[in-house]
Amino acid sequence: MNTSAKKIVYYFISGTLILSVFISYFFNAPVTIAVLSSAIRQSTPLVLGAMCGLIGERAGVINIGIEGQMLFGAFTGFIVSIWTGNLFLAVCAGMVSGLLLGLFLGFMAVSLHVDQIIAGTVINIAAVGVCGYFYPTGLSVSNKLQAMSIPFLSDIPLIGPLFFSNSPITMVTILLVFFLQFMLFRSTWGLRTRASGEHPEAAETLGLNVYTIRYSRLMAGGALAGLAGVFLSLEAVGTFERNMVNGRGFIALAVMIFGRWTPIGSWGAALLFALTSALQTQLQFSDTLHIPHQFTGMLPYLMTVFVIAVFMKRNNPPEALGMPFEKD
Amino acid sequence: MADEPFIQLKQVTKRFAGVVANDHIDLAFHRGEIHSILGENGAGKSTLMNLLSGLFRPDEGEILVNGRSIMFKSSREAIKQGIGMVHQHFMLVNRFTVAENIILGQEPATFGLLHMKKAREKVRQISDAYDFNVHPDDRVENLSVGQQQQVEIMKALYRDISFLILDEPTAVLTPSESQALFEIMRTLSKQGVTIIFITHKLKEVMAIASRITVMRKGAVVTTCLPGETDEEELVSVMIGRKPEKREEKKENPSDRIIFEVSNLNVLNDVGISAIKNFSLSVREGEIVGIAGVQGNGQTELVEALTGNRPVQSGGMVLDGDKMPFSNPRRLIENGFGHVPEDRLKHGLVLSFSVADNQVLCSYYKRPYARSGIRNTKAILENSQKLIREYDIRGTTPHTPSGHLSGGNQQKVILSRELNRELKLLIASQPTRGLDVGAVQSVHERLSDLRETGAGVILVSSDLDEIFSLSDRIAVMYQGEVAGEFLKETVTRELVGNLMGGGKTNLTKDHVSSS
Repeated sequence: MNTSAKKIVYYFISGTLILSVFISYFFNAPVTIAVLSSAIRQSTPLVLGAMCGLIGERAGVINIGIEGQMLFGAFTGFIVSIWTGNLFLAVCAGMVSGLLLGLFLGFMAVSLHVDQIIAGTVINIAAVGVCGYFYPTGLSVSNKLQAMSIPFLSDIPLIGPLFFSNSPITMVTILLVFFLQFMLFRSTWGLRTRASGEHPEAAETLGLNVYTIRYSRLMAGGALAGLAGVFLSLEAVGTFERNMVNGRGFIALAVMIFGRWTPIGSWGAALLFALTSALQTQLQFSDTLHIPHQFTGMLPYLMTVFVIAVFMKRNNPPEALGMPFEKD
Repeated sequence: MADEPFIQLKQVTKRFAGVVANDHIDLAFHRGEIHSILGENGAGKSTLMNLLSGLFRPDEGEILVNGRSIMFKSSREAIKQGIGMVHQHFMLVNRFTVAENIILGQEPATFGLLHMKKAREKVRQISDAYDFNVHPDDRVENLSVGQQQQVEIMKALYRDISFLILDEPTAVLTPSESQALFEIMRTLSKQGVTIIFITHKLKEVMAIASRITVMRKGAVVTTCLPGETDEEELVSVMIGRKPEKREEKKENPSDRIIFEVSNLNVLNDVGISAIKNFSLSVREGEIVGIAGVQGNGQTELVEALTGNRPVQSGGMVLDGDKMPFSNPRRLIENGFGHVPEDRLKHGLVLSFSVADNQVLCSYYKRPYARSGIRNTKAILENSQKLIREYDIRGTTPHTPSGHLSGGNQQKVILSRELNRELKLLIASQPTRGLDVGAVQSVHERLSDLRETGAGVILVSSDLDEIFSLSDRIAVMYQGEVAGEFLKETVTRELVGNLMGGGKTNLTKDHVSSS
């Protein structure tokens, strides 16, 4: 498939989706809004995880430790919330913990030239172990971040309740998507990030420090993954469980690839994944369609297979992805 | 030039893991000179240049810029002093535009936001001033090699460089692109830019350099002016001995045709016809040189002939037997040898030892394996024998082949390919990137093979090589044979002309006279 044909397919899919949203809103507004806002909520950790992955990969480092960074962020956020009762502090702590794991990943992958897949796996395993060991039994429920409504904007039909009357991390995430997209392609920061992922030697010969670039991008990404974790423990659930990330870190990688290593693309991909997931939940409650729930339950996975079969092949990753950069 | 040198090296020494790469180098570079640095691979030229461009730091000695001693901590500081380098392997981000590549590291920006408009304008200014043929919004991956090199030079100009290092800039260029590069070098030098020109090609040195320095084994052997020396003297200084003159070859090839390919049609990677109705025959004991500018189908031709690329139509006959396409092992077992164009990718398994690489064509046969079990002893003995015979230096049979220098890697490949009964050897760019000594040894091997009665197809974009080795010369242009001549009957000018797409009506006569 050439690029223009691929573009048409992208436009066709998103056009059909938007059209069907409007049709369904016309027939049954409350259910439509319920399904869509559930999709947006479910997409939040996926987009954050995907953005964590893509900042690192754009700079040349594969991060398969997103799962572990999310879990650690969820855990730290939860513990700090219980200790201090201050949710803002808890969110910050969750992000810092992700950032520190990013630093650790940088130390292994950038300074020690450890195989990047192994470095990420180390983080995943370590996160499970550390959280399991320090998890204090008896603590169960923490405060949750409450949904907020932005005045006036939240009164717009359809758009308002979806985007402007939602929990804070979800709304911040949507802002972050556009911010990061802008930064990646319009700023010095982004140009240098991409250069160090495409051709680190070229960046180095022009006087840039590839090590610094890769370290800082991994740390920034780690903070986002930490935020995704905090979302799970303090916004979605209000408690911590050891298996609460449940593969979302890996799905985020698929989302990132489907989104072609761009924030907006990843957002679209995450919404698509989350929408099928929200739809299948809705279909299970539906009385009108008598489809066995085993089949509706397949939807998100069928979607994944379809998407990967159609789009994966030609999505070009950064050229120096996964290659350790050695000075001298 | 009598004034104080712009950059001066004093007793500069650099060691790597105990090996002295630069040994107490004393050198001076003056403003506006084109200073050529000659030396074999491993003579320390690249190390020296990396010291100057701030990638490495000297272990001893000092670098003076305008008389002041300066210690570069990174390339950023070298750039600040006006030192820029065009690396042999381009340092370009393929997926960036020309403008993005040029501004990287010194972006015009406010609060971190790029001013791409300003960048494009600046790039266009430079491009116009020097008559470059690139557009700021072109993606680098879509540019020709010559254009990519122009982008590299523009990177230096954008940074107001007054000292430009060109590391083997003509190795990848066509003759006309090289001429264009020389023009640019002359213009820059007139503006007072000092140019360091590193190359193996003596003709170019004599043509353009205003001063010549020869390095050998990490040390400066001599510095002289081009008027004081000639090519022969430079070679002997460079390799440290008189180059051996070979006896002119003895017999003419026989009339018996050993290999014939007819009406070959091959597609390239994107499905466009790369070889069109190609026919060629090789006689016993004959070297057929295939000349042509790179990208005219030579790569596809070699891949098709060696079984590594599917063929649309055509036939291949070796020694009277019809040969299958797309079956490398059958071809190898029938006496085909192949020295591939890209020795790192297709010639060697870099992580395998030299010994294992030397049995890649025969590892499954006796004595190297018995009932599927490898006979390590036989493999090692074979390797020791070949290392001695082919004078492969700096290695044991156990050394990973990736650790060898280019010349020695090529010797490993040759030792493997020539270590069996060959009827036809297909050698593609066999001496690219090799130094004078290694080139000589490769050429000797090819000539020796010719004496045994095998046929040789030599694909090369180096006309000197084609003319010094071939018995017959075929010129390829856009996937077709643009002309085929006995060597004695053709001039370099005619071949050069055909390579560039020129027409001739001599072709038929010369073919029939052969």
